[in-house]
Amino acid sequence: MSSIISSISGRGIPVRGNDIDTDRIIPARFLRCVTFDGLGAHAFEDDRLQLKAQGKLHSFDDARFQGAKVLVANSNFGCGSSREHAPQAIAKWGVQAIVAVSYSEIFHGNCVAMGLPAVRVSLADSEAIQSAIEADPKAEVSVDLQAMQVKIAGKSFACQLGDGPRKQFLTGQWDALGELVDGLPQVKAKAAKLPYLNAFA
Amino acid sequence: MSRNTLFDKVWDLHTVRQLPSGQTQLFIGLHMIHEVTSPQAFAWLRERKLQVAFPERSVATVDHIVPTEDQARPYADGLAEDMMQAIERNCREFGIRLYQPGSGKQGVVHIVAPEQGLTQPGMTVACGDSHTATHGAFGAIAFGIGTSQVRDVLASQTLSMSRMKVRKIDVKGRLKPGVTAKDLILHILRVLSAKGGVGFAYEFAGEAIAALSMEERMTVCNMAIEGGARCGYINPDQVTFDYLKGREFAPKGADFDKAIAFWKSIASSPDAEFDDVKTFDAATIEPTVTWGISPDQGVGIGESIPAKESFPVSEQPNIEEAYAYMGFTAGQPIAGTKIDVAFIGSCTNGRISDLRAAAAVLKQHGGTVKPGVKAFVVPGSEAVKKAAEAEGLHEVFKKHGFEWREAGCSMCLAMNPDKLKGKQLSMSTSNRNFKGRQGSPEGRTLLASPAMVAIAALEGVVTDVRKVLK
Ligand code: SF4
Repeated sequence: MSSIISSISGRGIPVRGNDIDTDRIIPARFLRCVTFDGLGAHAFEDDRLQLKAQGKLHSFDDARFQGAKVLVANSNFGCGSSREHAPQAIAKWGVQAIVAVSYSEIFHGNCVAMGLPAVRVSLADSEAIQSAIEADPKAEVSVDLQAMQVKIAGKSFACQLGDGPRKQFLTGQWDALGELVDGLPQVKAKAAKLPYLNAFA
Repeated sequence: MSRNTLFDKVWDLHTVRQLPSGQTQLFIGLHMIHEVTSPQAFAWLRERKLQVAFPERSVATVDHIVPTEDQARPYADGLAEDMMQAIERNCREFGIRLYQPGSGKQGVVHIVAPEQGLTQPGMTVACGDSHTATHGAFGAIAFGIGTSQVRDVLASQTLSMSRMKVRKIDVKGRLKPGVTAKDLILHILRVLSAKGGVGFAYEFAGEAIAALSMEERMTVCNMAIEGGARCGYINPDQVTFDYLKGREFAPKGADFDKAIAFWKSIASSPDAEFDDVKTFDAATIEPTVTWGISPDQGVGIGESIPAKESFPVSEQPNIEEAYAYMGFTAGQPIAGTKIDVAFIGSCTNGRISDLRAAAAVLKQHGGTVKPGVKAFVVPGSEAVKKAAEAEGLHEVFKKHGFEWREAGCSMCLAMNPDKLKGKQLSMSTSNRNFKGRQGSPEGRTLLASPAMVAIAALEGVVTDVRKVLK
């Protein structure tokens, strides 16, 4: 199921603000579903409605950013609930890579498991990239996992990703399931030794 | 790097092998399942023609979408009914135990597993829910996972994980009368921030933690995730052992004694080393209430809403957003804030001791719910509900003007029919005050302890509960 992911390029979309939680990315009422299909249309729905009511436009509603592939956020993106519906909604909308200052761990783990690279940059760089996208929404943003660089409009910004996840993307092993299942003989051997599964012997 | 902590011992005990990516393949001792984050995982298993590797190590219940008034099937909400049918079919097909409404064992997943004795010290626990951290109260390493990882656990009983750092949160001294475990964790969050714990497991320790009951410890660990820590834990001790004794899935007879020896052995050693230590003084903590849109935006009941200048510059836009969303201004005292709804329940504060604390306030105060305020109690599980009714707590709540409901998550996240309307302001014992969390996209939430929510319901405004506690 897994494929090698070494670089993503496409237009960018900024989502400004710290601590954007998963309830905002996909409100709980859209969790009443048994598949992830169709979530893309509801990404950031309540934030979008609220801005509309104030006569403003959320970037997900802004015509200039439609079709973007690289979402650029700030600190602690995706905090809160473990719902994979959040990164799934973003991915179904069309995003193929995320750039942010930091992420909640569960959100980041979900991104890796889905094959959605989510890299870290400094706060200043995240804002600079957002401004560059706003200045020229047609500019191509690239996220290069070999060079660990985010590039836009001739400028390069260093980015980070843990060694484990980076290797998983570059070797096409971000979908851990196959490997985990291959290890079942060792898993069974481990279970046979755990005190609480063996009457505390 | 940390050494000889409970985290290190449990992690090492459960390590199956290093994966080629450098991640650890970690055995999961207990996997809890609920209806919201599991249907896609089972669908992926079917797609890949995989079986559940250890069906007896997974236990399922339903909580998020369950109505708390009319539970007749099929549910009025067709989408909720579809989700119920999906989990029933999945558990039947894959041989997984399911606690349904009416079984006497249904309830919020993080309340059910401890009360059945499923959660035990020294285990790894995973669930497709961020508040899995709750189970750390027993000295387990427990964390929330996403749906792809739910699939991984089902298929292999393991996860691909990277090790966390360990921060000790040493709470010295004792909490003052009228100050609860909820106030303690809200205070810790306020000091360490909503993202301060990213990359860490939190070990809660010290005199104030040791003095907490098992249920209070669950309240503290439950909210570790609100501080960014994927898991939080407390070393097991006599309080833990006494709680477990006699529960359905706890070891019995001679095994129980052997279990205690194992449980003691996995606690952090006296020479344990931590990546970081933070110290708190319990005696300085006041009943705490959040005023903003992140659980770390809290203040003591005697304080006012803080000026944005008291936060780092990078945080100030968030603080302004919180003022605007909540309709509050800096300098306004939190006490006296008018509320519309009072909600008592959730995996943070929906256990029997929480209901007792709230009922005690109602009795001491003597009044009834302020006209115009909607107040309701949702027990965290069917077992909690039964225990409360045996003590007559439901009569106390009803007599003082509260509604008494069936078990579930309810207005903690409002996936069932319980929802705020418009800009209503709710005072809630749950764990998240995010924008729109309680079901109205403009709804507002103040987080507090059960005692503080109880008194606010009677007074109609945020009030220091110590005025009625002797
Ligand atoms: S009570 Fe609230 S926080 Fe706890 S599991 Fe249910 S929805 Fe999540």
